[in-house]
Amino acid sequence: MITLTDVLVLSGILFAIAVAGVFLNRKNIIVLLMCIELMLLAVNFNFVAFSRYLGDIGGQIFVFFILTVAAAESAIGLAILVVVFRERRSIEVEDLDSLQG
Amino acid sequence: MFPTLLFYFFAGTLIAAALGVILARNPVYSALLLVLCFFNSAVIWLLLDAEFLGIVLVLVYVGAVMVLFLFVVMMLDVNLEELRKGLASYWPLAVAVAGFVVFAMINVIMVKHLGGMSMRTAPPLAVNYSNTRELGTALFTQYSYPAQIAAVILLVASVAAIVLTLRRRTGGKPQDIAKQVAVRAKDRVRIVKMASEKRQ
Repeated sequence: MITLTDVLVLSGILFAIAVAGVFLNRKNIIVLLMCIELMLLAVNFNFVAFSRYLGDIGGQIFVFFILTVAAAESAIGLAILVVVFRERRSIEVEDLDSLQG
Repeated sequence: MFPTLLFYFFAGTLIAAALGVILARNPVYSALLLVLCFFNSAVIWLLLDAEFLGIVLVLVYVGAVMVLFLFVVMMLDVNLEELRKGLASYWPLAVAVAGFVVFAMINVIMVKHLGGMSMRTAPPLAVNYSNTRELGTALFTQYSYPAQIAAVILLVASVAAIVLTLRRRTGGKPQDIAKQVAVRAKDRVRIVKMASEKRQ
C-alpha cells in the first residue's frame, strides 16, 4: 500500500528540486516561472495526499483553487515576460533594474 | 502491491523529470520535461483516488498552461549562451538549500511521524464512491462562494494578459466613427462668393 509518508516525502523532494532550480537558473525568467509551477505542484501533492488519508474532500477543493490561481499567475507572468522582452530584448533577471533609479 | 510498484515507478520518473527541468540547457527541453512531470503527477493522483483532479491537471496544465509556456519560449529568440553564463557558481548554494529543505521535511515526516499519522494507509472507500460527485457536491454547496471568486480571478487574469500584451500599431488609418458622425457640412465645404469674370 502507498503510505502517507511516501507521498509526503515525494512532495518534499519535488519542492526541494524546485527551490534548487530557482537558485540554479537565476538568469532565465522562463525557467524561474517553471520552478514556481513545480513548487505549486508539490504543494498540491500534499493537499491531495492529506485529503485522501484523512478522508476529507476539502483538500481536493483547495487543489482546485490552487490550480486556478496558478493558471492565472502563469498567464499574467508570461504576458509580463513578453512585454519585458519587447522592451529590453532580454529576459535576464539582472536587466530588470529600472526601478532602482 | 501492484499500485505501490506503480507509485514508485512514476515517482522516480517524476523526480528525474523535475531534475531535468532545472538542469536542461534549452528552455524548450525544460518545458517539455515539465509536461512529463505533470503527466506523472496526474497518474500518481489517480493512484491516490483523486481521479477528477488528475484529469484536470492534464487538461489545464498540459493542455493550456504548458502550451502557453512553449509558445512564449519559442516566440522569444533568447540568446541561450548569455543565459547559461556564470550559472555553475551557484550550484553549491542550490544543493545546500535543497538538502536542507529535504532534511527538514524528512525530519518532520519520518522522525516526528506527524503525531503518529504519517505511516497509516488510506481508509477504504465506499463501493459506489465517486470522486467527481464528492468534489462537485462540496464545490457547489459548501465552497460555492470561493468558486465564484475563482471564476472572477480567471476573468481578471485573462483580461490582464490581453491588456498587457496589446500592442497599438502606430501609423494605421482606422476610422473614428464618432468624428465622422459629428462632422458638419460647413466644416468641410467652403462656399466662396466672387464676381463673375468676363471672357477675354
